[in-house]
Amino acid sequence: MTTVQHISAGRRVKDRLAQGLVYLAFALAVVPLVSVLWLVIKNGLARFDLEFLTHSMRNIGARDAGGGAYHAIIGTLEQVLLASLISVPIGLLTAIYLTEYGNGGRLSRAISFFVDVMTGVPSVVTGLFVLAFWILFLGMPFSGLAGALALSILMMPTVVRSAEEMLRLVPNDLREASYALGVAKWRTIVKVVLPTAFTGIVTGVMLAVARVAGETAPLLLTVFFTDSINNDPFSGPQMGLPLYVFDQAGRPNDTAIDRAWTGALTLILIVMLLNLVARLIAWWRSAARGR
Amino acid sequence: MTTDVRTRGGGPATRRSASRRSHGEAPFRFAATGAGILLLAIMAAIAVFLISEAVPALRANKGNFFTDLTWEPNGSQVFGIAALAFGTVLSSAIALVIATPVAMGVALFISHYAPRRLAGPLGYLVDLLAAVPSVVYGLWGVTFLVPLLKTPSEWLNAHLGWFPLFSGEGAIGGKTMLAGGVVLAIMILPIIAAISREVFLQTPRMNEEAALALGATRWEMIRMAVLPFGRPGVVSAAMLGLGRAMGETIAVALIFPATFDISIEILTPHGNSIAANIANGFGEATPIGRGALIASGLVLFVITLLVNMGARMIINRRKEYARSGA
Repeated sequence: MTTVQHISAGRRVKDRLAQGLVYLAFALAVVPLVSVLWLVIKNGLARFDLEFLTHSMRNIGARDAGGGAYHAIIGTLEQVLLASLISVPIGLLTAIYLTEYGNGGRLSRAISFFVDVMTGVPSVVTGLFVLAFWILFLGMPFSGLAGALALSILMMPTVVRSAEEMLRLVPNDLREASYALGVAKWRTIVKVVLPTAFTGIVTGVMLAVARVAGETAPLLLTVFFTDSINNDPFSGPQMGLPLYVFDQAGRPNDTAIDRAWTGALTLILIVMLLNLVARLIAWWRSAARGR
Repeated sequence: MTTDVRTRGGGPATRRSASRRSHGEAPFRFAATGAGILLLAIMAAIAVFLISEAVPALRANKGNFFTDLTWEPNGSQVFGIAALAFGTVLSSAIALVIATPVAMGVALFISHYAPRRLAGPLGYLVDLLAAVPSVVYGLWGVTFLVPLLKTPSEWLNAHLGWFPLFSGEGAIGGKTMLAGGVVLAIMILPIIAAISREVFLQTPRMNEEAALALGATRWEMIRMAVLPFGRPGVVSAAMLGLGRAMGETIAVALIFPATFDISIEILTPHGNSIAANIANGFGEATPIGRGALIASGLVLFVITLLVNMGARMIINRRKEYARSGA
């Protein structure tokens, strides 16, 4: 027979073995995800009720059941919103500088490099920075705003990177067509480039929001703890949902652990929802473009 | 200033648009450049203000900051980073040893093994691991993983106890470095897998097809074409993962037993990390204590900065290489 030479048994076994290991690695990666999600849902549903969503921890004794995370949910929403208001304009403008004005010069390369490095700054360090600068140096009080400052530093590099990627996808023909009509560069950017990249930028921002919404360490050092509702992010300690989970998980009672799980469930729901919506926008956009 | 612009604008028909054009351009350009410079300034400010707030505490330190094991900035004002830094490095090393091979497997699975149609959604599934908040991993680790690891830890200690990492007497299992390391491994897996996947996908098709045409099996093709090409990418991905693991705070703050000693027994309840100590110690810290925590954060910042800059330099060099080679 002169058909294709058969592969020796040893090589075939090795090939199969490698394949098996690769499949196993993937399974190993998925197991913790399933385990975490399942436990969070199972343990979290016990207290996932109206009281949890509408009450704070004020006047809830150490061993009492009941109580809720309303103050923490409000805090998280306000802090994340403030952080977005700070980081999105700065991040977007930086991305515009990098794509439209930088021209690969030394400054733009330095900014680009440090944006990458900034993604790796530990979240606890941004918290410490706001503590050192805002609270200790400037003498400002612990507040939701301080937490938002720390979160915004974490958000900035993500916003810059995703916005930059989207701006680079805008075809140069569009820019040139606009210039040919005598439109100034900045108006071209505002009226042509940004609208074209808009949905992509929204996706990136939402992913950045999802990333910081679950951050605990920076909040711990900047917004401090409270068991009461504080609607004003500009004065006095606030609570955040991740902080709430950390606080309750560190307490020795089962009632607190139950609240921690439900807090975790609420937090994951918020984060996953943001993630999902962002991906849906991205998917919807690419589908619309493909057709 | 406006008259100058108008004369440049020429005839009356274009005057309006010309003046409007120049009105916006300079401020807009200035704002964009300013935002970029602001980012650089923030990075510099992080270093400056951590140093300035750490110095008073370091002055008040009655011990040696780099060699002392104790951490009592609130009471006796003797504190040193040695035990914390050791714990940070050890736990991150455990995480890296576990996560890197698995992440490479995951990356190969997505890039070369999974059916093309499924590759996207399956990759998204792994990315979801990164979307789970750190505090949730901590909660999961304390209530689920720590009890789960008890029996395997005892087995390892009984049968492989001669190996220094697995040695130790007394209580085996519980809140250990191993448990912390496993949780860290899960948390850094997505970033290592995502970057490795990108690099593996960039392998020139020609190299892959050449290997297959020479009769290589899939695994041989991967070993000869994909892995050598992707090695620098995987190295930098692992370094980015290392940086993440060292800076990870809340999950390990819930898991580590917060002892201040240097012990390589990863199966006994020993250990702490810089980040975990900041989270656990901040509540009761006096002004000196806060300064001491900021000083420890400064050490963490410098270490992670070096690791990240190294990783980014490898990636950037690779990018240029890939561009010129393409």
